[in-house]
Amino acid sequence: MAETVLKATRESFGEALCELAETNKDIVVFDADLAAATKTGVFKKAFPDRFFDCGIAEGNMIGVAAGMAASGKIPVAASFAMFATGRAFEQIRNSVAYPELNVKIAGSHAGISTGEDGATHQCIEDIGILRAIPNMMVLNPADHWEMKAATKAALEYNGPVYIRLGRLAIPSFNDPATYEFELGKGITLHEGSDVAVIATGLVVNEALKAVKELEAEGIHARLINIHTIKPIDRDIVVKAAKETGRIITVEEHNVIGGLADAVSEVVTEECPVKITRIGVQDRFGYSGPAWELLDKFGLTQPHIAKVIREVVGK
Amino acid sequence: MVRLMDSSEIKQLQILAAKSRMGAILGTYHAKSGHPGGSLSAADIFTYLYFKEMHVDPQNPAWEDRDRFVLSKGHCCPSLYATLALKGFFDWNELTVLRHVGAMLQGHPDMKGTPGIDMSTGSLGQGVSAACGMALAAKLDNKDYRVYTLLGDGEVEEGQVWEAAMFAAHRKLDNLVVMVDQNGLQIDGAVEEVAGIEPLDKKFEAFGFEVFKIDGHDFEQIKEALDKAKTVKGKPTAILCKTVKGKGVSFMENQVGWHGTAPNKEQYEQATAELQAEIERLEAAC
Repeated sequence: MAETVLKATRESFGEALCELAETNKDIVVFDADLAAATKTGVFKKAFPDRFFDCGIAEGNMIGVAAGMAASGKIPVAASFAMFATGRAFEQIRNSVAYPELNVKIAGSHAGISTGEDGATHQCIEDIGILRAIPNMMVLNPADHWEMKAATKAALEYNGPVYIRLGRLAIPSFNDPATYEFELGKGITLHEGSDVAVIATGLVVNEALKAVKELEAEGIHARLINIHTIKPIDRDIVVKAAKETGRIITVEEHNVIGGLADAVSEVVTEECPVKITRIGVQDRFGYSGPAWELLDKFGLTQPHIAKVIREVVGK
Repeated sequence: MVRLMDSSEIKQLQILAAKSRMGAILGTYHAKSGHPGGSLSAADIFTYLYFKEMHVDPQNPAWEDRDRFVLSKGHCCPSLYATLALKGFFDWNELTVLRHVGAMLQGHPDMKGTPGIDMSTGSLGQGVSAACGMALAAKLDNKDYRVYTLLGDGEVEEGQVWEAAMFAAHRKLDNLVVMVDQNGLQIDGAVEEVAGIEPLDKKFEAFGFEVFKIDGHDFEQIKEALDKAKTVKGKPTAILCKTVKGKGVSFMENQVGWHGTAPNKEQYEQATAELQAEIERLEAAC
């Protein structure tokens, strides 16, 4: 196992963009006055001629990116998840997704781990908003290595993709020597048949620590990492439902519209089992340090472990 | 005045524009819906762009070096479709199934399904941003293709238009021409009564554009403005085209009710007869 890397996925994303742009000259990057925060700033430094700051005008940024894609470029448009997917929802829907243009949208500072900025900047709806749009692929990588691989895959894929980026530095848990990323394929991180924990993004590592902790108590929880929320890996979800009979979803997103719903849609169609939803319980966040907020919202290891115990009845 | 075009050239364009209007009437009649008013006001602009101004190839609609056109006021596609059919991008008879289930011609432009359509549009304010992206791509690739977009005068009420205007000027997109079809009417009434936009020329000037004001039905004025736009360096051009909504069909002219209403059979026949008479008059004079 390689050394743990403590890094925010926005940093990993910025690094990946620069590496990929070395060989792929069609990659162009747009930002809306947040380049330092979304980490497209590192791309700006390395490739100033292919970086375009659009100013605080997200709707126009997405439209310009669509026009660039229609002219053969591979545009990446970044902002905070709140503005990239909220303010510019309709530009994404009508100018990008409907014509199926090759635009990548990066939403940084997603979830309540945005922290001190508070509710206006803590986007807990982005996955739900974009998942509802036809033609959109939705990615939510969980650590440094996964973000780098996901960014590469997204840029190699021809079509609209949303990538969710986090602000908070988090430890890596994947081993780059063995890690394999495939769009649309979930990854089983821990085997078990008492319950299936299906997690996405920043909280996957918390869930991983929780299921490992519970092994000592004789609870064998399966943990599945869903980095591609749309299209979701139906097979891995159905298999988990059939083999464990109960599912817990874990996400740093409203429990409406995100992973919980994506999993429910598959399970209710193919193998109905009870689903317990860990996430933001349809409420707004508030200001505070990220880890304190994650703890308050029940998204850290002890809370996840507690729910797993309750679900398996131990 | 120095003649920029000879009279037979102008008459040929007027005939093509009348045919474009016929197509818009034909399409909206068969669709039993659609937007004839703004289609008719823009028909001369479409005609000049596709028959005189733009370098396009109907046999190779995706030609990389072609000039681009984005119909930001996407609802006025019936006459654009007719102009594209006249240019040879697809069969004229497609207009008879406009907006029908399974038809190629959608209610608003669909770049994936329709040859000659460079951008999917219809949600107002969005096309102009895409046009900026195309113009920026040309700059980045050192290509000399030009990008044209047509907005409605009601459409400029959308904030995104001004985000795009700031972007175009900041990026010195002198290969971009933003045209505004100023027919003066929007769904809820006269533009100046609904949400006044004037002085529009001063607004575009303040946003960093070279601005021309013309009669959008006068081909010589359209030509003069588009020719001058090619000499403008370091900034985008806006051409404000004063037009008549419903132009060319007597009972539709300047009537707000014809914004989004299709003609019935009787109205279709009358409109077609008027346009046919105009075509015959022009042909006889050629």
